[in-house]
Amino acid sequence: MDIAGSFALLLAFIVAVYAFIAGIAGILTRRTLLTKSAQNAGMAVFFLITFAVGTLEYFFFTDNFSLVYVAEHSNRALPGFYKFAALWAGQQGSLLWWSWLLSLYAFLALFANRKKHPELMPYVGVVIAGVQIFFLTLNNFVANAFNILGSPDTSGVMRVASLGDGHGLTPLLQYPEMVIHPPMLYLGYTGFTIPFAFALAALLGRYPGEKWIHITRRWTMVAWCFQTVGILLGMHWAYAMLGWGGYWEWDPVENASLLPWITGTAFLHSVMMQEKRGMMKVWNVWLVFITFMLCILGTMLTRSGAVNSVHAFAQSSIGSWFVGFLAVILLVCLLAYWRNRDYLRGDNQLDSLVSRESSFLFNNLILLAACFAVLWGTLFPILSEWVVGSKISVGAPFFNKVNIPIAMFLLFLTGVGPLLAWRKTSADALKRNFAWPSAGGLLAGIVAFILGYRDFYPLVCLILSVFVVLTICSEFYRGARVVAAREGTNLLSAVGALTMRNTRRYGGYVIHLGIVMIFIGIAGSAFNKDIQAELSVGQSMTIGPYTILCQNFDATANDNYQSARATLEIFRGGKSQMMLYPERRFFPASGETETMVALRSTPLQDLYVVYAGRSPETGNPVIHAFLNPLVKWIWFGGIVVVLGTGLAMLPNRRTALALASVPEKSWDGTVAAGAPMQGVAAVARRADAHD
Amino acid sequence: MKARTKFLVGSAIIVLTLVSLAYVGFTQSKTYYHTIAEVSTLQGPALRQRMRVSGNVRNGTIQHYPGHLDFILEEEGKAMPVRYEGSAPLPDTFKDGALALVEGRLMPDGQFVADQVQAKCASKYEANPNAAPGAKPPQPGPTSTRNSPDSGAASGSGS
Repeated sequence: MDIAGSFALLLAFIVAVYAFIAGIAGILTRRTLLTKSAQNAGMAVFFLITFAVGTLEYFFFTDNFSLVYVAEHSNRALPGFYKFAALWAGQQGSLLWWSWLLSLYAFLALFANRKKHPELMPYVGVVIAGVQIFFLTLNNFVANAFNILGSPDTSGVMRVASLGDGHGLTPLLQYPEMVIHPPMLYLGYTGFTIPFAFALAALLGRYPGEKWIHITRRWTMVAWCFQTVGILLGMHWAYAMLGWGGYWEWDPVENASLLPWITGTAFLHSVMMQEKRGMMKVWNVWLVFITFMLCILGTMLTRSGAVNSVHAFAQSSIGSWFVGFLAVILLVCLLAYWRNRDYLRGDNQLDSLVSRESSFLFNNLILLAACFAVLWGTLFPILSEWVVGSKISVGAPFFNKVNIPIAMFLLFLTGVGPLLAWRKTSADALKRNFAWPSAGGLLAGIVAFILGYRDFYPLVCLILSVFVVLTICSEFYRGARVVAAREGTNLLSAVGALTMRNTRRYGGYVIHLGIVMIFIGIAGSAFNKDIQAELSVGQSMTIGPYTILCQNFDATANDNYQSARATLEIFRGGKSQMMLYPERRFFPASGETETMVALRSTPLQDLYVVYAGRSPETGNPVIHAFLNPLVKWIWFGGIVVVLGTGLAMLPNRRTALALASVPEKSWDGTVAAGAPMQGVAAVARRADAHD
Repeated sequence: MKARTKFLVGSAIIVLTLVSLAYVGFTQSKTYYHTIAEVSTLQGPALRQRMRVSGNVRNGTIQHYPGHLDFILEEEGKAMPVRYEGSAPLPDTFKDGALALVEGRLMPDGQFVADQVQAKCASKYEANPNAAPGAKPPQPGPTSTRNSPDSGAASGSGS
């Protein structure tokens, strides 16, 4: 079996090489049969890697500890759920998992378009095969998950050894979210390969028209959505497992996942400039290229431990492979761009500072600034070592100082941008669209100020959040009122009808609402509190409105771990609310300890309790309690973002004939800024102009 | 003024603001990596910088006191006394012989005052250097305790 899996992986490599070479030959010779064969090979890679992954999973489930990888990441007592997840617990398995997800995407992209775009798809297949070759090289020759435990004996024959039990899975990974977080994040990382392939293919093949940009946009949304979910799950995992009371600490690996997310977000916005106005073509192509390169960089930072202080303990040689691959990608992109730069000439210029175009430009500018700052901060230890010879790291204050103002400006643009018209917005339209939302935001700010919430950034965040929510609500309301009046339905069903007719636009608004919720949740961290105390049975401590009474502490054990735990009763206003059981687990197989945080979560605040260990002097448990306001909003905001993305990817429901027949006028700014009085026709135009 | 010029002026203002903020944040949080041997040779302003030093905890030197904890960190025959003044309890992996990473400042008397201590059982690390998923922070799990207010619930942006 191990030979079969290993062989399938090798075959996958060979088939990918064939897909690459035959694909190029097919393009050069213009033989359809060759191109067809290359595409089929591209799809076959998926089945081969699937088989390899399947056999590795089989080894995990049958406790076959003759494989190094299985022995290092599993043990007999490990629950089945985690045996499955152990596949991506280490270097080799993670890279295999990357390859598999990439081959899945490749299969879907090639299969869905097998009869379409005959001028474009051969190039797409070649680019994808090129990326696959790199990862399959790592899988086969650099970090092979199928290495067996054993050593050659005197006659040179491998003597297979097998362990009685494995080393076990790192306890930090023994958490339900760890089973879905890596696949989600990797679906994001790998997913950006497809838009990259389409963009590079269109450039190389000088594919006429803008069709490719629509395909690229859709695939980017898929990858972006997975990336968002992956990042948020990772934050939630860190929050629930690491026991330091926070969810984000600007660790290089966290930053790595954020970088392509930022550029992906920038692309999803600026792509509209190209679709609607034929502007920013060069910029868009490069955003897609850079996003993909950042995905590769992110995988490299995660896998090689190049910059993590904690990883400074362990070094892996795999980094140089990634650096080489990045250099090749950059070179190919530069060459493709240089040879075809005339293909990307823009059609229009910026007309006014107060316009949709300019809001997108600013959006892109600061997203790129954020990306650059995060990248710079993350790579600073490497850069400083090169330049001045001493390794210098930067911490949270650096990232926060730059990124919080950027986040606030982005929030502002989120409110303003969608309501500005293309080309130019009149002062009148500005007043009409923004008077009420601005007043609402300022009012909320004044109320908060009077109530005593006077920290600068949280206050700004509140004002802007209210402003954005009101602008979005007013958009739904105005559109729905027109639909309701015309079709005689009530306002609520009109909102539904409106949304389904332009899913992209209104789905986008829903995503914005989710982002606002996430920002509100993050702003809550400005008011975090924590307290730590030693509690013997019967003693209590107070944090915010809660009193924590220690009822008991005990120790238990099962096959997998030994645990020490405290039983705490939580009081609020003198009344008992619930019991919390913060816990510490020790895993004999791996010799590691993990914290199980006990959480009482409400929309307003989380009471987060950690069993921090026994006091060395008295033997009493030390309890560390945190009061974190609004954290739940982050997770809910994430759900809203996912729903919004799903909505935005649905096809538009056909609008009524009367609407469809309205001639599509130019993106006439002053009309577009939205007065429902101008009736259905104006709304129809506006909808076109705004999505 | 043309729209394009206005946009460029606006961009320049934004970029300059961000650069100056970045500079302030950088000077506040930059941390130098040093070996114990290097620490003893530092002079002038370099002595007052925030730094990060790694080494092994010398056997039998961990002393608990109310409010702080003292131990000696050693590497390649050089030793450095460390005082940990954080409130968070140290990870279980912090014990005699453990590989530790301390972050803080050097006092004039030669003692290193740390507000962050990370520790990892060295043998386990060698046995299993890549136990992390494609994902998150203290990766293969050197558990850490943190005390600096900045690294607390750092607010991420845009995430």
